[in-house]
Amino acid sequence: MLKQIRQAGPWLLARIEKLFSAAFTPAWNPLYHLGALTVFFFWVVVVSGVYVFLFFETSVTHAYESVEWLTHTQWYLGGVMRSLHRYASDAAVVTIGVHMAKEFIMGRYRGARWFSWFTGVPLLWLVFPLGITGYWLVWDQLAQYVAIASSELLDVLPIFSDPMARNFLTNESVSDRFFTLMAFLHLIGLPVFLLFAIWLHLLRISRPTVNPPLGLVVGSLSALTVLSLLRPALSQAPADFSQAPSGIGFDWFYLLAYPLLDYGSPALVWLVLVGSSTLLCLLPWLPPRRRAAAVVSLPNCNGCGRCVADCPYNAVSLAPRTDGLAYAEEAVVDAELCTACGICAGACPTSTPLRRRSELVPGIDLPGVPMRALRDWTLAAAVQPGGEPGARVLVYGCASGVNLAALRNSSVAVVELQCIAQLPPAFIDFVISRRHADGVFLLGCRANDCHFRLGVQWMDERLDGKRDPYLRARVPRERVATYWGGQVTQAEIATEINAFRARLRALGPYRPVPVTQATYEVAP
Amino acid sequence: MKQWLRYAGQTLAYVAFVALLGFFATAPAYDPIDPDAAMLKLSFMHVGQRKVECRKMSPDEIARLPPNMRLTLDCPRERLPVLVELELDGKLLSRRELVASGLSHDRASSIYQKFVVPPGRHQVTARLRDSARTDGFDYTRSTEVELRPRQNFVVDFHAESGGFSFH
Repeated sequence: MLKQIRQAGPWLLARIEKLFSAAFTPAWNPLYHLGALTVFFFWVVVVSGVYVFLFFETSVTHAYESVEWLTHTQWYLGGVMRSLHRYASDAAVVTIGVHMAKEFIMGRYRGARWFSWFTGVPLLWLVFPLGITGYWLVWDQLAQYVAIASSELLDVLPIFSDPMARNFLTNESVSDRFFTLMAFLHLIGLPVFLLFAIWLHLLRISRPTVNPPLGLVVGSLSALTVLSLLRPALSQAPADFSQAPSGIGFDWFYLLAYPLLDYGSPALVWLVLVGSSTLLCLLPWLPPRRRAAAVVSLPNCNGCGRCVADCPYNAVSLAPRTDGLAYAEEAVVDAELCTACGICAGACPTSTPLRRRSELVPGIDLPGVPMRALRDWTLAAAVQPGGEPGARVLVYGCASGVNLAALRNSSVAVVELQCIAQLPPAFIDFVISRRHADGVFLLGCRANDCHFRLGVQWMDERLDGKRDPYLRARVPRERVATYWGGQVTQAEIATEINAFRARLRALGPYRPVPVTQATYEVAP
Repeated sequence: MKQWLRYAGQTLAYVAFVALLGFFATAPAYDPIDPDAAMLKLSFMHVGQRKVECRKMSPDEIARLPPNMRLTLDCPRERLPVLVELELDGKLLSRRELVASGLSHDRASSIYQKFVVPPGRHQVTARLRDSARTDGFDYTRSTEVELRPRQNFVVDFHAESGGFSFH
């Protein structure tokens, strides 16, 4: 049951992503740029916030008036900026929520990825107070409610000797000093900490994407601007502590937990918030356990650095040689950062199944899924009896996609990889030149949404001769097909494979290019 | 997919997104309390009397103290807890004994309580004891009030202003 639920998430997500890819193209699919979109919304909030602040009066007596003036008198710019400030903040909460849900569903929070997941939790504890203090500054009925409720919430903690809520008993008890403190927190304190927390969140990711594609920037900014014009953010009645606020226009994105305060207790709210945060923090260490990290075989490593360049998590680095061999450096794996994707092994020039005289032990390899096993599985898959001559296909697919076993038939053999970029291009050469199959079909995650971030991109570049190790020129490209579909339906993949087999049939049997005609690529 | 269909899909996605934002940024409206009810708040900070009265030290005791710490009175810091009662129409809403804050219980006792009450005419009575007496109260104040729906009625206490105040 639990397994079915776990599988249902990726299945459903794949279908939603597919819809978005159809509309936006995979390159612009917003579900593949949720983190970058959040950062973009943050910058919209910063820029619009700076503009609003130029006209804002940081005092209890004049804050409301200044916001009202900006909203109504200067509606064409100030009002739009205020609305953008609000809606971009809300949009950030949506993208954060979907980003978290997606990473959870895809299991991208375990192992070495714990750091990004773990550091995302404090981000939540900064984003929400940032929004809440923002509502505080408008000093309307919502601000009144937020001020009282937040104070009651904080008063439960044994950190204030005097009840903070006393500051909001009557209109006379509200002081400018407290208001200034909130303004400082909203304008400087929390944003600075948030920037630092974003930096920390991305610290262990190599080549992090912090800017969404231009199309998404233009589209989302235009959408928010249209929303700001059609439904501008407005203040409610001014704060009046002689009356309890009622019928408040409530921002449910930021204040979702507050009703618990009224219908439960402050202690219950803390229990829910701290309990859920603790659970989120502990998730990476809950079962199932992580796979073994990549290991370096020093006798086979010449310190070329290809694995370092390809690792999506900065888990591999170069260090001075320790074994006395005549190379300057050697690869070193930080097991804490390694996600066991195998991309490093796929990048290693020694990962070639074509070698005959020595055992297949590359300079860097995955203990759980070593290159030697990959070659054995390839050979075993290739000897299936009853295959259609001229249309036999060997599928290499990543474990994050569809159920590969279901694709097998007499003419279609399957080998599962951790990530498609775990496959060294030499394997494709091996399969075709040794006639283990008539064509190789590579099946990976959706472009821009690789489970291991960069696997699909690296594989594309290897096939195109843009990234070392390249696919040799002697390999006929028409016998290699890629399908970056992620969790699409079995039927859809079967259709793609059948179409590929039809093309192979038309090509006829494989005839190797004479050595004299073969060209070998050089890096462009 | 055809280009126009792709643009239509994008437009639909953006419309759904901004509709979600536009709606939940202000709706549905929220009522922290029943709009037909009133709110009664009891809140104050007050330092109770000393648990042990100050004692005048003898000349010998003063002489034994370092020269820079010689005071004539010995005043233990601890304060008595403050007892407070709030009644509405003769019915007890709250009775709390408030321990003085601080590690040595030498700071103010404080309270912040709120009660949702029906609007209309009410008799509000507040009593407070901050001394060592065992019965009765040091401060009492009662008032009749006409509470409107959503009215925020505050019972505060300032000893220097004579005791309870109603806002």
